[in-house]
Amino acid sequence: MQSLGIDVLFKGTNMIRLLKGLWVSVEISLISVAISIVLGLIVGVLMTAKNRIIRLFFRVYLEIVRIMPQMVLLFIVYFGTTRVFGMNISAELSAIIVFVFWGTAEMGDLVRGSIKSIPRIQYDSAYALGMDKFQVHFFIIFPQTIRRLIPLSINLVTRMVKTTSLVMMIGIVEVLKVAQQIIEANRKASPNAAFGIFAVVFLLYFLVCWPISRFAVKLEKRWA
Amino acid sequence: MDLNVLKSYIPLYNEALLLTVKIGFIGILTAFAIGLSGAWAIYFKIPVVKKVLTIYIELFRNTPLLVQLFFIYFALPKLGLKISAELCGILGLGLIGGAYMIETFRSGLESIDKVQSESALSLGMTEGQVFFDIILPQAFSVSMPGIMANVIFLLKETSVFSTISLMDLMFTAKDLIGMYAKTIECLFLLVVYYLIMLLPVSILGSIIERRVRYAEFGD
Amino acid sequence: MSELVKVKHLHKEFGNNVVLKDINLSVKKGEVVVIIGPSGCGKSTFLRCLNGLEEIQGGVVTVDGLPVEPDKKDISNIRQKIGMVFQSYDLFPHKTVLENTILAPIKVQKRIKDDAIREALELLDKVGLADKKDYYPRQLSGGQKQRVAIVRALLMHPDVLLFDEVTAALDPEMVHEVLQTMLELAKSGSTMIIVTHEMAFAKAVADRIVFFDKGEIVEETRDVKEFFEEPKTERAKRFLKTFAYE
Repeated sequence: MQSLGIDVLFKGTNMIRLLKGLWVSVEISLISVAISIVLGLIVGVLMTAKNRIIRLFFRVYLEIVRIMPQMVLLFIVYFGTTRVFGMNISAELSAIIVFVFWGTAEMGDLVRGSIKSIPRIQYDSAYALGMDKFQVHFFIIFPQTIRRLIPLSINLVTRMVKTTSLVMMIGIVEVLKVAQQIIEANRKASPNAAFGIFAVVFLLYFLVCWPISRFAVKLEKRWA
Repeated sequence: MDLNVLKSYIPLYNEALLLTVKIGFIGILTAFAIGLSGAWAIYFKIPVVKKVLTIYIELFRNTPLLVQLFFIYFALPKLGLKISAELCGILGLGLIGGAYMIETFRSGLESIDKVQSESALSLGMTEGQVFFDIILPQAFSVSMPGIMANVIFLLKETSVFSTISLMDLMFTAKDLIGMYAKTIECLFLLVVYYLIMLLPVSILGSIIERRVRYAEFGD
Repeated sequence: MSELVKVKHLHKEFGNNVVLKDINLSVKKGEVVVIIGPSGCGKSTFLRCLNGLEEIQGGVVTVDGLPVEPDKKDISNIRQKIGMVFQSYDLFPHKTVLENTILAPIKVQKRIKDDAIREALELLDKVGLADKKDYYPRQLSGGQKQRVAIVRALLMHPDVLLFDEVTAALDPEMVHEVLQTMLELAKSGSTMIIVTHEMAFAKAVADRIVFFDKGEIVEETRDVKEFFEEPKTERAKRFLKTFAYE
């Protein structure tokens, strides 16, 4: 293993630094997900609105998010705003803005889909039992929507974590950047460090995302 | 915005678009091939292959493409596997895409009612005929919306190629911003070129989705 | 008359669950056998064993003297001798009515396409569906679909036809047209094994009634009329009672 650079990991604080780098990505995604879920719930309900203009507006918003790579959005916010508005937004804030912009649209669409997936007969039979509009929504529709929604929003978390790997491109020192720094610093002593370090980064991402997606699959099966 | 600047940048963006589309296309074809054969192997429960594929799918669906590319491009050469940036891009896109495509095709295959293959078998068709003439065409059209979503996702993912110094759209924009600081022009063209690449695919996708959902076969 | 389908000591289980025990039955050429019994009695599974869609754990099934064994290479040849129509969803949704019927004759039996088409159109005409030949299954009613499925099975020139509750998923007004088609087939001398819940139809079409319960044949008789009026076994009596309202 010596020659493949695993040893570099145990030199000094390298492993701690990598984990700290990973935490930077996870932190950004957790903040973004939390905001996205709240905003997404509102946007999702608005997406099912009867008003055509409102629906069209959110349709266009979703389409933009779906088409533009997150990296492009990151560049626009990070480099573009400085030029246009003369504001200096920190890289971290830019990342959170972009991921919330993206996450809200995705979450909104999940909410819309979950609401739409409740069959009409559920409303009809609830009304037939004499419930009023509030009771139908609160006791019948809402609980069913949430059950469909939770596994899907957990998946959004893993997508978010994976996407935050992009923030190194706007200069945030996260796990990949730390990895590069460690490899660079040990270039002479351990020329093969790239293998060991990048393998570990690969594994770290997997260890964060895999349990979360397994959990989502389990919930989906149990609530299906 | 300076029109002359835009004009002078266009040829560079054209070249970058061409490279992005080329690698994207070959990568997606690779993903397609992996997806079809992988889904086939899982559908027929081929013993060891199924296990290996499951591990592969979990690994590649639960890590970012950027990390996968770094591993292929910077780590594998240490084992003596040195490949060009272009090939690395194709391989990375093919591998991550393959993992998603297998899942898409597999759920398509599993959505076809068992009676379909049984009635084909009862007509004397062989397992192969049943799969290729009866199950696959149906599974394919069921999977179509998922396939299109994967294609768009993969084309978007090409934006990380710049990190392994492939001169794609992202690389070109970043490079030009760094050299001439015409940020707005560069970002404007970046958005326009991604729209040129992705809007037609997205529109095609929603047309197909609508057809599959409302019409299916026979209109 | 020769025995076309022969079943000896058939034993079938799913895991530890025995679904068919020691079934013996033989069907002669031109005979129409109707199998009835409560749901879950194993009658559908029995039918599926006849053309090798289910593995069996004991006994032998032969058709035209050839053993039916699911894993054998020649199972396809044997299945061509056995036509089968299922409860529903058995037409291929990506193919038109005509394509559905001629697919197997061309692909499996390597017949000339024009001949297959000519015969398919003749048969479709007989069941009143010639004008629907270019329709896709989803454009047809349930009854029309099942008649196409019957034509598709007939086009293979099978020695015996199996019907697995073919009207169970149909709206009541569709049931009649399908059963009528089957009745005509029976009159023309086809060998048929039918699983059904339509008692009036069973009475009209059957040469022989086989009553299944809990995985075994409880009663078997050629005296069809007597079976429905005065069944010999207690279990058959109880079963027939479930169709009456008092």
